[in-house]
Amino acid sequence: MIRPTAADSHRFLLTAGETGSLTNSRMEQNDRAFVTKARSGDTDAFRALVERHSRALFRLAFRMTGNAQDAEDVVQDSFLRAYRQLDRFDERASFGTWMYRIAANCSLDLMRVRKRRNQTPVEAEAPNDRAPELPSLAPSPERIALSGEVRERIASAMNELSETERAAFVLRHFEGLRMEEISRVLECEPGAAKHSVFRAVQKLRRALEPIVSPLR
Amino acid sequence: MNHLNEEQLILYYYREESGAPNAAEHLESCEMCRQAYASLERVLDAADGLPVPEPADDFDARIWERIAPRLPVRRAFVAPVWSWAAAAGVLLAALLAGQFYPKPQPVRTVAVADPQAGERLLRMAVGDYLDRSQMVLAEVANANPRQPLDISFEQERAVDLVAESRLYRQTALRTGDAAVAGLLDDLDRVMLEITHSPARLTPAELERLRDRLDSEGILFKIRVLGANVRAEQAAATRASNAARKS
Repeated sequence: MIRPTAADSHRFLLTAGETGSLTNSRMEQNDRAFVTKARSGDTDAFRALVERHSRALFRLAFRMTGNAQDAEDVVQDSFLRAYRQLDRFDERASFGTWMYRIAANCSLDLMRVRKRRNQTPVEAEAPNDRAPELPSLAPSPERIALSGEVRERIASAMNELSETERAAFVLRHFEGLRMEEISRVLECEPGAAKHSVFRAVQKLRRALEPIVSPLR
Repeated sequence: MNHLNEEQLILYYYREESGAPNAAEHLESCEMCRQAYASLERVLDAADGLPVPEPADDFDARIWERIAPRLPVRRAFVAPVWSWAAAAGVLLAALLAGQFYPKPQPVRTVAVADPQAGERLLRMAVGDYLDRSQMVLAEVANANPRQPLDISFEQERAVDLVAESRLYRQTALRTGDAAVAGLLDDLDRVMLEITHSPARLTPAELERLRDRLDSEGILFKIRVLGANVRAEQAAATRASNAARKS
């Protein structure tokens, strides 16, 4: 019954250097070589880094922003920022992980701007804030389980999360970051990062549990 | 052992070390917790189904095309940003002078023969200018608010941007592009504030600067106008290509 989670496999992607995988170790060595060249002004080397990492960053940015155009903008901004900060990159670290952190911050920045622009005078976020009630006309679980509506409901439930909850959940669930790592990305205390993940999961449970319960 | 609460179950699902140390053993022996965990597992496993569109085949190339012209110069022998900007400004001024001021003789250059060439050039230059401004402001907006921030690099860029913006603003006013002129005005004030700030901002100073950016929504305005400019450029390029083919 208890089995490895999806997050375990995602974590492999993010911290591949720690796993000792030969392939990923080589990839990181190549990344380091490209970074060294890019630092001295070799834009072809930087282009190689863009080509190696842009798709993974797009997936992260899309999960965080929920919008393909925003995600593309985030990828672009992340690489521009990374290029400017190449001198600050510690070559002992994983370039991929570093880029993830930059992209996560760019996504958060964009989400916060969006929120400010779209803000309506609704309730402030509280520790026990409730997700909106689901519409009562929901399709039956039997029908919904076999359709794309589950996916739509997941996307909709994700959109109900605050930007911090969404960011924390994406980083924990999809990218496999530990709570301490999430707190560093979000620049908050580990306890606050943990509670953001808890709140996100609680909201997702309320929204999704009725449609993912075992079919009777 | 007491039953596992929801938070402990979540930590166990993610195999967090800070979770309950004997969670696995407890789950083996406790039917109630096992059911609660199975329910949580179904929801979180379902969340894996969050749809993510696959980027197009040319995604990497498109990203590179967008960022390559905006990469800051890293070599000393390459002309600094202000010099090519100045050159672009001179070219722009020359074209617009041809467009807006009477000349004793007809202008024969291709660019001026096209009445929209000056405006297109302005848009291109402004698009690039906005991108570079956004990078400066994003550094400030994204900085850790609890730590001092060295903005000496951003100040250098801001000096260049202020020097550049005057020509664009004047041109925008002349062409009646009030939105661009207004945003450039706003940007100028913020860039000047950055150039006049201490090179190392205290958290309080950083907070004030970020409040200023927030209150004016300037990053959002840049993003919106920048997107419009890029869309117009793309449309102009398509129209131009179509005209050439026909």
